[in-house]
Amino acid sequence: MTEALLDVRDLRLGVVQKRATLHAILKGVSFQILPGEAYGLVGESGSGKSVTSLAIMGLLGKPLSVTGGALLFKGQNLLDLSKREMRRLRGNRIAMIFQEPMTALNPLATVGRQIAEMYMLHQGKGRQEAQELAIEALASVRVPNPDRRAKDYPHQMSGGLRQRVMIAMALACDPDLLIADEPTTALDVTVQAEVLRLIKDLCAERGTAVLFISHDLGVIASICQRVGVMYAGCLVEENETKALFQDPRHEYTRGLLGALPQLGSRSQNGRRRLVDIDSIIADRSKLTETSFIVPRRPQGGQA
Amino acid sequence: MSGPLLRVDDLHVRFPVSGAGLLGSGRRMLHAVNGVSFELAKGECLSIVGESGCGKSTTALSIVGLQEPTKGTIRYRDQPLNGADAPSRLQRAKAVQMVFQDPYASLNPRQSIHTSLAAPLRLHGVTSASEISDRVEVMLNSVGLTPDQAKRYPHEFSGGQRQRIGIARALILEPEVVVLDEPVSALDVSIRAQIINLLLDLQEKFSLSYLMISHDLSVVEHMSDRVLVMYFGQIVEEGGWQDIFEAPAHPYTRRLIAAIPKPGFSSDEMAQKTDPTPGLPSGRGFVSDGSNAPDVFVAPAPSELVEFAPGHRVRLSPAD
Ligand SMILES: Nc1ncnc2c1ncn2[C@@H]1O[C@H](COP(=O)(O)OP(=O)(O)O)[C@@H](O)[C@H]1O
Ligand SMILES: Nc1ncnc2c1ncn2[C@@H]1O[C@H](COP(=O)(O)OP(=O)(O)O)[C@@H](O)[C@H]1O
Ligand SMILES: [Mg+2]
Ligand SMILES: [Mg+2]
Repeated sequence: MTEALLDVRDLRLGVVQKRATLHAILKGVSFQILPGEAYGLVGESGSGKSVTSLAIMGLLGKPLSVTGGALLFKGQNLLDLSKREMRRLRGNRIAMIFQEPMTALNPLATVGRQIAEMYMLHQGKGRQEAQELAIEALASVRVPNPDRRAKDYPHQMSGGLRQRVMIAMALACDPDLLIADEPTTALDVTVQAEVLRLIKDLCAERGTAVLFISHDLGVIASICQRVGVMYAGCLVEENETKALFQDPRHEYTRGLLGALPQLGSRSQNGRRRLVDIDSIIADRSKLTETSFIVPRRPQGGQA
Repeated sequence: MSGPLLRVDDLHVRFPVSGAGLLGSGRRMLHAVNGVSFELAKGECLSIVGESGCGKSTTALSIVGLQEPTKGTIRYRDQPLNGADAPSRLQRAKAVQMVFQDPYASLNPRQSIHTSLAAPLRLHGVTSASEISDRVEVMLNSVGLTPDQAKRYPHEFSGGQRQRIGIARALILEPEVVVLDEPVSALDVSIRAQIINLLLDLQEKFSLSYLMISHDLSVVEHMSDRVLVMYFGQIVEEGGWQDIFEAPAHPYTRRLIAAIPKPGFSSDEMAQKTDPTPGLPSGRGFVSDGSNAPDVFVAPAPSELVEFAPGHRVRLSPAD
């Protein structure tokens, strides 16, 4: 069996003050990502997707803190690393892209320079070579006229182009894991499709594993081999993406799928009433008492 | 009634753009809406789709009287809603109402729900306090809230409940036409399903006509009777929901439909499902294939909506 690239074991975190947990947010989340695999986390807002990714990146800020569990990356517990070691890992072995690229880009520097800095910082390249690599990186994320576009400032670009720049920066150092937190949520559907295609192709080409976070099951389905469903700080179900859609086991997953208007279903079966999760589930607080984590088949990887 | 409830004819909205034009001092105009015409029938849900900036909201705002058209007419039951003979805001409010994406922005934070819902009734001459209370109560029930919640203020409600309040406020004067601008875009999946069900129930109960704007195409397919596809200020395709979702003709519509992420399908499988482009009448070409953005500062080349099949129309230009 392939060893997991990332092994999240019983991760717990919450609002912590003076070493006391005031409020538990993640209540023991476990999942594994194999090298080169695209794994999706789906859930409604507040279910704990973003805090999971921030914990992995070592970017949880006050008042949040990890209270238990382990984050094994290539066998090493990220929770044991110093701030400095974590910083070296970030951007280099684990990279992240967000919903709003503007918050992660420096508005005062050209995008070419910002990508070049990744090569200088993490790979010790000289300025000249780094600049050439930055233009190549822009070309690899299918930005038209990359040598001219490298001179643009972030605000001169559309949302879709800015997200491409973020992807170029994130993949600059060939990380083992790319974490993408709702990277296409703010984009139009045609632009979203292009960005998803890009992430999918580039990561497959380079063997980069992806942790893809979205509230949109359709988006997850188009990019991930396996998916975990989060609800109220718990992973309630995990399965291969197709199997999850065809045979959801957990009450909440079933509710979630039934609540979605599914394209094409109206012409086949007429307009059905969407499932109201609250009316089929008597007690939401009991939802996290069960979970359906289908054990991964041993061959794993590119299923 | 014969004929449409609402008729929009050759609607144009232009916005002056700050800064001089490329060729000197002439003031440039952005053509946000560029000759849009359509009809809305009693009891139907007509949706407008297209990417952000294509003019959907500007069209909607023109209809509810929040944006003055540069040119064109909007008629409700054959009476003009804009121009010199337009009705007063008060009269218009009984015909056409709007529900916004962010209900919070449309509610006064310092007014209780009761006050927010009672105000339009008072403005329309309902003076009896008991009648007002009754109507507010009935309306709250209709949208799935309880009458005792009327004393509360907007910040005390969740996003889904606020949208219910926004809907109650739009319906309190019993309008026939309701414009819905991204009514469920800000909501989580489970809440979104509840609000979609509610909108469909209310439509049936009160025979409402909806003009809906949504970027979520699966919601549009679920709710609409007919669909308009807008592209840079123009309608490029118009048809029944099945025409648009199962037999899209215009290249832009086809790109839009193909781009929808679908649970259960990988994107490769979807690409294979797209059929070849339908044949065009001879001497005609598509006005644009959607791969290059047209210049929104110049008037478009001559083109017209040509009927492909009954009720299914596509924008074509003379091929050259
Ligand atoms: N800085 C914070 N302080 C307190 N609670 C927080 C903080 N950040 C997130 N939370 C809480 O943690 C839960 C999970 O949040 P998040 O991971 O952002 O959800 P998601 O990304 O799934 O929408 C939410 O209930 C949220 O209110
Ligand atoms: N008040 C305004 N002044 C100037 N430009 C505007 C104004 N309102 C909208 N626009 C522009 O008109 C175009 C259409 O906008 P809008 O109708 O909001 O698009 P949509 O709702 O389809 O996203 C956009 O380019 C937008 O920037
Ligand atoms: Mg989040
Ligand atoms: Mg809009």
